[in-house]
Amino acid sequence: MNSMLSITNLHATVADKPILQGLTLDVPAGEVHAIMGPNGAGKSTLGYVLTGRPGYEVTGGTATLDGEDLFALDPNERAAKGMFLSFQYPLEIPGVPALTFIRTALNAQRKARGEDEISAPAFLKLARETAASLKIDFDMLKRALNVGFSGGEKKRMEIFQMAMLSPRFLILDETDSGLDIDALRIVSEGVNAMRSPDRAMLVITHYQRLLDYIKPDRVHVLSAGRIVASGGPELALELEREGYDKYAQVAA
Amino acid sequence: MAAVKETVAAVAELEKYQHGFITDIEQDFAPKGLNADIVRFISAKKDEPEWMLQWRLDAFERWLALEEPDWAKVHYPKIDYQDSYYYAAPSQKAGPMSLDEVDPDILETYKKLGIPLREQEVLAGVQGAPKYAVDAVFDSVSVVTTFKKELAAVGVIFCSMSEAIREHPELVKKYLGSVVPVSDNYFACLNSAVFSDGSFVYIPPGVRCPMELSTYFRINAKDSGQFERTLIIADKGSYCSYLEGCTAPMRDENQLHAAVVELIILEDAEIKYSTVQNWYPGDPVTGKGGIYNFVTKRADCREPRAKVSWTQVETGSAITWKYPSCILRGEGSSGEFYSIAVTNGHQQADTGTKMIHLGANTKSRIISKGISAGKSSNTYRGLVSAHPKAVGSRNFTQCDSLLIGKDCAAHTVPYIEARNGQSVFEHEATTTRLSDDQLFYCQQRGLDTESAVALLVNGFVRDVLQTLPMEFAVEAQKLVAISLEGSVG
Repeated sequence: MNSMLSITNLHATVADKPILQGLTLDVPAGEVHAIMGPNGAGKSTLGYVLTGRPGYEVTGGTATLDGEDLFALDPNERAAKGMFLSFQYPLEIPGVPALTFIRTALNAQRKARGEDEISAPAFLKLARETAASLKIDFDMLKRALNVGFSGGEKKRMEIFQMAMLSPRFLILDETDSGLDIDALRIVSEGVNAMRSPDRAMLVITHYQRLLDYIKPDRVHVLSAGRIVASGGPELALELEREGYDKYAQVAA
Repeated sequence: MAAVKETVAAVAELEKYQHGFITDIEQDFAPKGLNADIVRFISAKKDEPEWMLQWRLDAFERWLALEEPDWAKVHYPKIDYQDSYYYAAPSQKAGPMSLDEVDPDILETYKKLGIPLREQEVLAGVQGAPKYAVDAVFDSVSVVTTFKKELAAVGVIFCSMSEAIREHPELVKKYLGSVVPVSDNYFACLNSAVFSDGSFVYIPPGVRCPMELSTYFRINAKDSGQFERTLIIADKGSYCSYLEGCTAPMRDENQLHAAVVELIILEDAEIKYSTVQNWYPGDPVTGKGGIYNFVTKRADCREPRAKVSWTQVETGSAITWKYPSCILRGEGSSGEFYSIAVTNGHQQADTGTKMIHLGANTKSRIISKGISAGKSSNTYRGLVSAHPKAVGSRNFTQCDSLLIGKDCAAHTVPYIEARNGQSVFEHEATTTRLSDDQLFYCQQRGLDTESAVALLVNGFVRDVLQTLPMEFAVEAQKLVAISLEGSVG
C-alpha cells in the first residue's frame, strides 16, 4: 500500500462523547479525496484529530503519514512533517502582522526539519508572488492576521498561508463556506495550483459546489463517525440530488 | 519580524532569570538599622554639605510620623525596617573615578549584563548603532558615568546625584523635592532620608541631547535596600531620552527598592523616560525572595507645551508598587504613559499612572497592557483628573489585560475626576484570556507552545513596544517572552 495518509479503525471522543467510531481511510500521494456528510457526522473532528487539537482524544486506531505515527507527534511537529489544516473558522491574531506570523511559522517548520531559515528577500519575493496569484492586496499582509478581515478574506488568507508553507498533506475544512462565487473560484485555483504527484488533499465539504472547482479523485461519505460509502466524483452529484438520508440509516 | 524570530530563539537559549548571579567584592556597609545616626553616616560618607544633611534629617523626622500605605492590592509580611542595611558600597574611595580604578569584578558584572561602560566598546560596536551614555549604580553608589566630556561640550550635565550635590548645588537645591515633596508618601519620604545615589541630568535651553542617556541599577549586597534618587531637568526647548534598567541577584530574602524619580520639564521641552525593570521576581514555585519595588516617579510639566512620555516594561520584582505620573501644569502641556506589566509565578503588581490636568488644553494618553500568568496578580490603578482651570483638557486611556492560565488575576481600578465641564476623557478597557484555540492555530502552523505564547503576547503588547527606543524594544520583547516561559502547558 503506497498511501500517503493511512487511517485505520480510528476512534475519537470530544468531552467523552464518541465522535469517530471506526473510521478507515487511505489517501495515496497525488490524489484529492472529498469527505462529505451530514452535520455532526464528525467531518471537522477528523481534521482536528489528524492535526492534534487538544480536547480531541484518540481512543483507538492509528493514523500514519508516510508510514509515521501521527499521534506520537505534537501538533507543531505534525505541521513540520507537512500536515496543514485550513480552518473552517480561522483565528484572529491581534498585533501580529500576517507576514510576521507566516514567516515565523515557516522558519519554525524549516528549523524543525533541519533546514536553514528563509532569507528576508526570498521570503518577500515568495509572498508577493503568492499574494498576486491569490489576488490578495499586499498591504493586507501587513495588517494583524485576520483581525477585521471578512469571512472571505480569512479563507483566502488560509490558502495564502498554505501556499507559503507548501505542506505535503492538505486538509480543507469547509473552505467554501462564506465565499462568494468569485472568491470561490480564486481560492479553488489556488488549491488546484498545489495539486502535485507528491501531495495529497482531504477536502471536507457539505456541498457539491466546491467539487465543481476542485475535482476529487475519490468521494467518501462520513456518517456517525464512519466512512459509509466511497466512490468516484459521481457520488458527490448523487448526494447533491438525493441528500444524506439513506446513509444516515446505514450508520444507524 | 526579525525581532519575533529573535524572541523565539531567546526563549530557547536563556534561562529563567539570567541576572541572578552575585558579585563577590569587598563592600562598606553602614550598620544595620535605621535612625538619625545612620542618616548622618550616609551623608558623611558622601561628603555632603550641611544643607543636604538637614534636608535628610527633616525627611527622617517626617517619615517616623507616617504610616506605611495599605491601599494597594498587594500582600506581604510587615517589613522590619531595622533589619536592613541602608548603605552598601564597593570598598573604594568616594567620588568620581576613572574606569581604571573601578573594581574589575564590578566591570565584569556589567559586562555580563551587557552594559557597555567603556566608551570605546560602545564606539566599537555595530557601525551606525546609536551611542548611549551610561551611569552605572551598584548598590548605593554610582561607579561610573560614561561620555561625560562629550555631553559637557553641549552643556548637558550627566552625573551621579552625589556629584551633583557637590558640583551643582544651586540646581539641586532649586529642583530636588519640587516634584515629589519630602513627605509625599511613606516610601518617598524614606528615600528622601536615606537616598544613596542615582542620576542627575540637566539639559540646557534649546539643546537636543545628542545621545540616549541611561542608568543601570544593580542591587548586589545581601539584606540591603536600594534607594536611588534621580533628578532630570529639561530646560526651555530642550529634549532628552533616558533609559533605565535594573537587575538583582537571586536571594531568598526580600529586598527593598524604594526609588524616587523627579522630572522637571520647562517650556516647549520634552523628556522621554523608558524603564525596563527586571529585578529578581522571587522563586517562581515557592514565591520566596524577590525585590519589593516601591517606587515614586513623577514628572512636572511646569510650563506651557512641555511634554513627557513614560514607557515602562515591568517584568521583575516580587511586588511592584509604582505609578509614574504627570502633572500637566503648563498650558497645552502633554503627558503619555505606556506600560507593559508582566507577572508570573507569585508576583504581584499594582501599577498605573496619574494624569493631573491643571492647565488649560492639556492632553494625556495612557496605554496599559497587563499580562498575568501563574499564580500572579496584576492590577492597573490609574487616576485621570481635570481641575477647574483645565478647560479643554483631553485624555485617552486604553487598558488591556491578558490572562494566561487559570490561577492568575487581573484587576483594573481607574479613577476619573473632572472638575470642569469642558474636558473630554475616554476610557477603554478589555480583559481577554490567551485562548487555547489561538494557541492551537499557531501550533498547527508549526510553532511550539513557547514560541506561540511569545508570538501572541508580543502581538498583545505591540502598541507599547513601538514606543520604546529600538534596542530596548528588542530587549523588552525577549524579556517578556522569558518571563512567561513555562506559563502554558
